[in-house]
Amino acid sequence: MNPVPDIFRILPEVVLTLTGVAVMLMDASLAPGFPRRYLGWMAAIGTTLALWASLWQLSLPVGTGFYSTVETSPFTVFFHVLICGIVLVALLLSLDTLPEDSHHQGEYYALIVFGAVGMCLLTGAVELLLVFIALEISSIATYVLAGYRKDTARGPEAAIKYFLLGSFATGFLLYGVALIFGATGTTQIYEIAHLAPTAENHGLVLAALALMLVGILFKVSAAPFHVWTPDVYEGSPTPVVALMSTAPKAAAFALLLRVVYEMFPSLHSVWSPMLWVIAVLSMTVGNLAALRQQNVKRMLAYSSIAHAGYLLAAFAGLGSSGIAAASFYTAAYAAMNVGIFAVITLVSGYEEKRPMVEDFRGLVYRSPLLGSLLIFFLVSLVGIPFTGGFFGKFYSFSAAIGGGAVWLAIIGLLNSGLAAAYYLRLALTAAQRKAGNSPEDAVLAPQVGAAVAAALAMAVAATLVLGIVPNEVLRAAEAAAHTLQAPPPQAIIQGGVPGTQQIP
Amino acid sequence: MNEINASILTLILLVPLAGAVLVALLPDRARLPNWIALLTSLVSFGLALHLPAHFILGRGGFQFEVNRAWIKNPAIFYHVGVDGLSLWLIVLAGLLAPIGIVASWNAIKERRKVFYSLFLVQQTAMFGVFISLDLMLYYGFWELSLVPMAILIAMYGRKDGPKAAIKFFLFTFIPSAPLLVAILWLYAQTGSFDFTTLQILIAHGNFPAGPLCWVAFAFLFAFAVKVPVFPLHGWVADTFSEAPVALAMVVAGKLGLYSMLRFHIGLFPVQARALAPWLIALAVIGILYGACLALVQRDFWRLMAFAALSHLSLITLAIYGLTITGWDGAVYQILSHGVVDGALFLLLGFLYDHYATSQINAYGGLASRLPRTATLFVIASLAMIGLPILSGFVGEFLILSSTFIGVSKGWAIAATLGVILGAAYMLWLVQRIFYGPQSDLTKSRPADDLHFGELAILWPLAVLMLVMGVAPSIWLQAIEKGVHPPPLTTLSIGPAAVSAPSINTSLPAEVQR
Repeated sequence: MNPVPDIFRILPEVVLTLTGVAVMLMDASLAPGFPRRYLGWMAAIGTTLALWASLWQLSLPVGTGFYSTVETSPFTVFFHVLICGIVLVALLLSLDTLPEDSHHQGEYYALIVFGAVGMCLLTGAVELLLVFIALEISSIATYVLAGYRKDTARGPEAAIKYFLLGSFATGFLLYGVALIFGATGTTQIYEIAHLAPTAENHGLVLAALALMLVGILFKVSAAPFHVWTPDVYEGSPTPVVALMSTAPKAAAFALLLRVVYEMFPSLHSVWSPMLWVIAVLSMTVGNLAALRQQNVKRMLAYSSIAHAGYLLAAFAGLGSSGIAAASFYTAAYAAMNVGIFAVITLVSGYEEKRPMVEDFRGLVYRSPLLGSLLIFFLVSLVGIPFTGGFFGKFYSFSAAIGGGAVWLAIIGLLNSGLAAAYYLRLALTAAQRKAGNSPEDAVLAPQVGAAVAAALAMAVAATLVLGIVPNEVLRAAEAAAHTLQAPPPQAIIQGGVPGTQQIP
Repeated sequence: MNEINASILTLILLVPLAGAVLVALLPDRARLPNWIALLTSLVSFGLALHLPAHFILGRGGFQFEVNRAWIKNPAIFYHVGVDGLSLWLIVLAGLLAPIGIVASWNAIKERRKVFYSLFLVQQTAMFGVFISLDLMLYYGFWELSLVPMAILIAMYGRKDGPKAAIKFFLFTFIPSAPLLVAILWLYAQTGSFDFTTLQILIAHGNFPAGPLCWVAFAFLFAFAVKVPVFPLHGWVADTFSEAPVALAMVVAGKLGLYSMLRFHIGLFPVQARALAPWLIALAVIGILYGACLALVQRDFWRLMAFAALSHLSLITLAIYGLTITGWDGAVYQILSHGVVDGALFLLLGFLYDHYATSQINAYGGLASRLPRTATLFVIASLAMIGLPILSGFVGEFLILSSTFIGVSKGWAIAATLGVILGAAYMLWLVQRIFYGPQSDLTKSRPADDLHFGELAILWPLAVLMLVMGVAPSIWLQAIEKGVHPPPLTTLSIGPAAVSAPSINTSLPAEVQR
């Protein structure tokens, strides 16, 4: 069979990079007064092309390129499509909500696209050094975006906090990589998978696993590595939060799956209890803290910590059922979370003059469309059947029960009952009429532009599809799960194609 | 006709949902949402009536069954069907929808679109619970029914809607977490969510006993909160005093009681039997406690809430008495309670609309000003009390006699005492509202009695109460086929049945005998 040209293995990343560069250059060369919105549309088109490119990669044989550093498989395609979809929605959302006169709009779009390059690369990388580079690409873009509102006090605070803690966590990851290199003499994930069980210095391997887990769990904001989340979410522009609460997390979960299931399947007995504890901690800490929040974005920040916990519950599942459940949950969580942040962007406005739960009072009356969408996404976050949130939890916890972790499922579901309290508080506040009819209400009715409408429609459609007809996505998640395992050693020496090994 | 029979249940599910979408899409102009909702609910009631018309009495098992794959892995099926147990409950749910809409006709003055579309979603969820035979599908509808209810209570609550709504939601949502874990555990053990398959597998005892006990308990707990059973009734009073009339009619009772019969006793007969003495005791406490509290309430919504607790506990007593007569009586009493409560809530809602208070002592002497209201209220109250020849009597008689003969004389006597107390608080309520000297409030409003719309609903209901009282066999025929024989007899000869080699042929006959 014909070898696949290496460039095809990273086609979506190439498309995204070209888009980002083009956006950046055009921003620099356009006249200062020229509206920058068109750059946003350009970025959106580029992201759509990248999404198609990832889908096209399904027709390639499963395998690696660039000397076994980048993989394409149903697993990478699943996460590529997910990330490109999230980025697309975030771009559309920003198009209508970013103020027309805000500075550096072009950079904003370029940074989002560059971030997407890093996240996509992160899901495909099977070489730890590339993993590190990809993580840095995506992180640095997000650090900058977090501080995009420079004129507020909270913007730079968020960026600095995120940057300092984030680079600290990346340091942990890198240290883990160094240790595993010391133990096995390689940084290629497949090779590590084969060498790690027989490594002489077992303690070194364990330390490497622990350090890498710390780095990754920071990125997915699982407790006890979650302290940055509420502050950063509160300070960042809401469209950016829509992006960074979902896409980098999806990428980081992909990496986590790769590390634990592909690189260290032999250490299952070590990481499984660790993730059990962290899952329980995340959901409980997240939900308990969220109960007390009055600021909607902080509340959702803690809720995202809890959701990281529900997702980690899937890791108690055996082999491919756990991977499939985690992948599916990532998609379901992304759909509803992007959706709810989109609604919040529209309601609170870019400047966030109205960020508190109380400010949402009477939303259903002010803007029936946004009000019902808010309630819809909250219902999905609660996990009511026939929405994506339900099936996400359902698969995650049934994977856990299948793996024997019944208590984890019970704690998780009780937690989701607890979570219902604060989601419902917001939903019911929105459904309730204001005591006095203030005259500004009519003025405050948020406007829904075409791009935002498209973004919201995509999020609603995704949430409903995942809740009512999840068969297709589930099949994709299962296909992804089955390809996530290190190929036998011969294939690696061939530099080639797991699953289609040839005898020399 | 076969095609209709094959798709009737799907239609019953989809019609209210389509109505909900239609209401949501069309403009909120004048009474347009009301009319669409009313028409939809009448159509779905008509469709529900198709079921008893074409139900084959002689045949056991499920009829009008549809069983299609919905989600491949895990294997969730769109499996729906009706048997004698659910047959009339579906019709009752269909009947209560138009009543609820008429009751809300004038009471809901703003945001009609939201109200009626959510009400119809709620209706779909109720139908779904009654017809689902796949545990996941059932769980889906069970949870779905909570959302419209909570939102509507919050939006249309009388004083403090959101608080009552959150209370209601958490009380019913949190216990369904263990229920889901239990369902998933069963799936992990068997690879099936299908009710009939699980019934057979569990009856053959292929499960570790300890976990199965907990699974059964998780089922029971979720249902007991929803009914409610005695110590778990914390949400009822607030919900009843806040919920719009149309929802108060459906919020308590039916779903939980049906689920107990179908999914707790139906799936876990042995475990249910082990817990039955406790439940009987709790039920009797609930009967007396509810009745005593109903006696001292000053607010008629709260009085109705505790009356409901008392009546529903009586039905719970019958269910866990584990006698066939008791089960007949239980299902019959659910039907009767639904009809009578529907009428009473409609009338109380009417009073509340006109006089804007639910304080009983503000009323007095209404009978001379609103004679039609008074007449119908007295009829409904008498049916509730269980006066012979009205519907309440049949169910109560079956329940109490079966308890007396089949369970224990002591419990039966205690329960009867509760029924007597029930007569006391209902008649006292009638006396305080309709008789005695006219209060200031009564005098202050013009005498505006029930109009044609309400009468067109209420008189047929009154006739229905009478017919249910004198000719119960119309309903009981199907119910008797539906409630299975006491599973304990099946299971006491269980080991013998297990030794029979072919699982599929031997057990269903056994179970449905």
